[in-house]
Amino acid sequence: MTELLAQTFVNGINIGALYGLITVGLSLTLGVMKILNIAHGEFLMVGGYFAFWLFKLFNIDPFLSLPLVAIALFLLGGLFYRILLAGVARFHEEVKLKNSLLIGFGLFLIFPQIAITLWTADERAITPAYSGGSLPILNVRVAYVPFAGVIVAIVVILFLHLLLKKTYFGKAVRGTSENWKAAKLMGINVDRTYLITFALGVAMAGLAGVLVGLTQSITPDVGMSWTLKALIVVVLAGIGSVGGAFFAGLILGVVESVGAIFMGPYTVALGLLIFLLILMFRPQGLFGKS
Amino acid sequence: MDRWKQILITGGILALLALVPLTTTRTDLLTWFTFTLLYITLSQSWNIIGGYTGQQNLGHAAFFGLGALSSRYLWLSGIPLPIAFLLGALVAAFFALVIGFPAFRLRGIYFVIGTLVLAEILRIVVDTLLPRALVLPSKLLSTYSLVPRYYISLGIAFLTVAAVYAISRSRLGLGLMSIRENEDAAETLGVNTQIHKLVAFLISTFFAGLAGGIYAYYSSAVQPGYLFQPVWTFDAVIIVFVGGVGTILGPIIGSVFFVLLQRLLSLYLPGGMHLAVFGVLFIIVVLFLPGGLIELMSKLRNRILGGSRLN
Repeated sequence: MTELLAQTFVNGINIGALYGLITVGLSLTLGVMKILNIAHGEFLMVGGYFAFWLFKLFNIDPFLSLPLVAIALFLLGGLFYRILLAGVARFHEEVKLKNSLLIGFGLFLIFPQIAITLWTADERAITPAYSGGSLPILNVRVAYVPFAGVIVAIVVILFLHLLLKKTYFGKAVRGTSENWKAAKLMGINVDRTYLITFALGVAMAGLAGVLVGLTQSITPDVGMSWTLKALIVVVLAGIGSVGGAFFAGLILGVVESVGAIFMGPYTVALGLLIFLLILMFRPQGLFGKS
Repeated sequence: MDRWKQILITGGILALLALVPLTTTRTDLLTWFTFTLLYITLSQSWNIIGGYTGQQNLGHAAFFGLGALSSRYLWLSGIPLPIAFLLGALVAAFFALVIGFPAFRLRGIYFVIGTLVLAEILRIVVDTLLPRALVLPSKLLSTYSLVPRYYISLGIAFLTVAAVYAISRSRLGLGLMSIRENEDAAETLGVNTQIHKLVAFLISTFFAGLAGGIYAYYSSAVQPGYLFQPVWTFDAVIIVFVGGVGTILGPIIGSVFFVLLQRLLSLYLPGGMHLAVFGVLFIIVVLFLPGGLIELMSKLRNRILGGSRLN
């Protein structure tokens, strides 16, 4: 029983790191720009397929393709911001939220159809030669690929954390998220800050997509379920908290895995229920300031 | 005078629609019409809470699904059809009552996320509890006819539109719209926003339940989880926004347009590509035409008539 629990715990950490990574991007755009990107999961799907293509067509190792995917998705995110969101971002807060939501809806309709056309509806997974291997530690099997995924997630989130805390751009982001008008008066280029923030969020989703393709599989309609997961973690963590989002992701991953032993298929519903309770009684999140 | 004209036009359209099954026996046409009427009911019901009250409820599918599932069970267990419809809708509204109090503690983005997740919980639970498709018993299948389905959806759609029309002209409607424009200001002016929002939610979900009933009565076989799919919410929201949010005619025009385009595009485009076209259209409307097709039509009319009918 303890072995089973330990194994489940490790699996939970593996999936939880993914939850954390996908959430950080969503939380960033939500916290800084006050827009809710319902299509966040769609960018995860695109990132996954992109890495799949690089692997299948050019035989590029998925871990090497991570920077390529990040750059490509960063550019894609910037493009989407310029075309769709730049106009919306100027609105009053409620209108902005509503319009960004509706645009996300539109993207949610478009992306899966394009993905079906480009990659068919089949399940795709990235399977390098080493993908099945694992290291036994005290009767617990630590699979290489998910473990490497956890490392990647930690590195990316540390990078983001340093970016936000130590650089001028980070200062601009934090200033803008607190009060964009004041930030603008202080000479911060709010539009460019928004552009880079959104592009960064999309790039993070893309990176998560590569890891999802490596450890699970990618289908054209995978986006919405990941968006929902990210929304849950955002609320658990509190909006705008990078470190908190990662830890909340880990918590959700472990709770889901361990819960699955006892509750079977109802675990997902349990996770969602916990989420609703937190939303009602602690809307600032577990790690947020009230 | 204007009022009589309205009544005359409405009556004329209703009479024409009532004649449709007498003039054609083509099942594809009847299915089109039935679905258009179903979508009018569904989108109009969302319009009450999302359009008039300004609460972006993304859990609408939950109430559609609850209405569909319960009215189908009641109907098949021998309860007369109208009562089964009514009870199904009441189940949906009752659920809204239960979750309404906690849900409306949430505002803005939290309300959006909360309702979306709530519908997902229900979908997963239903999918797990009832994994098998519900098929009509063979006795009913052999006598299946689209004509009663058509008339029932016509009746319910008319009822829904009439209800929204009445609400929009009432004191309640004014209260709802004041919440949409500025909730705090409305509260200050003596509108009990919590009660208003809850009442709007109950009415909205009641009609969503009726729309579910239409679908339950229409479909010969259905997967219970499918009734709770977020796509029902999304379709309703898209129709309302493309047609014209917070108007009576908007959802009607939107539904006609939606079903027509859906059927036409699926003739010429592969697979679900029509959905992508909808996505593009939808984004264009959100970005450039916030008033929807209604606004476009009145703009065009003004241009053609030289602005003579601005009022």
